Amino acid sequence: MSISDTRTVVVEQEMAHRPDKIWRALTQPHLIAEWLMSTDFAPVVGRRFDLRADWGAIACEVLEMEPGTTLSYRWDAMGLKSIVTWTLTPTDGGTRLRMEQTGFRADQEQAYQGAKAGWPRFFAKLDEVAAWGD
Amino acid sequence: MSPSHDQLFKTLADPTRRAIFEQLCAEGDQTVGALTARAGVSQPAVSKHLGILKDAGLVLDRHEGRNTHYSARPGALDPLVDWTRQMTQFWQSRFVALEDLLNRMDQ
Repeated sequence: MSISDTRTVVVEQEMAHRPDKIWRALTQPHLIAEWLMSTDFAPVVGRRFDLRADWGAIACEVLEMEPGTTLSYRWDAMGLKSIVTWTLTPTDGGTRLRMEQTGFRADQEQAYQGAKAGWPRFFAKLDEVAAWGD
Repeated sequence: MSPSHDQLFKTLADPTRRAIFEQLCAEGDQTVGALTARAGVSQPAVSKHLGILKDAGLVLDRHEGRNTHYSARPGALDPLVDWTRQMTQFWQSRFVALEDLLNRMDQ
């Protein structure tokens, strides 16, 4: 056990849709707003954008992009820095979609301060966002 | 006793305490003397840090003769693991919403 480990969240799912269609849902602001949050995202490396809800914003920046295949952006919220990477792999039935979020190096003072200050509230608000779709 | 998140974060915000805690995690049970040899601060300072770590529920102490042995408490960092669990739940719910959108885009 170490408290300086990088933490990673992975969610992966087979989807019965073509990669190009999923790519549109991941990269077009009016579509991103339908399943994630409202945003001024643009598919350009180096582009800074926010994911916004009425309670605040997540600061993001496009880091890497291979159209139709991979998209990676910074995801900074409440003092915690992380990177979200999407990978699309074509399959016989559609696409294997993988989301990997890596971050929260617990040895960072800032992370502790951020976690202390706002994470419980942040998660309560994320749950509200998630509830919109229900 | 279950320490508050606030107390846990405050306790680990101090680099010396964090180093002591990491050493206990990595190497198991230790005496104050052994911890002092590594910490680069005086034994009374190490003892004080251990007291704070103990109050936060991060370490346990065990008396053996004239020595006190300290160890990291299993599960002490569970509140930090919550980030992983909660982000996973968040993204799983977003995958459901994304798939719902993709189905609607078909029409």
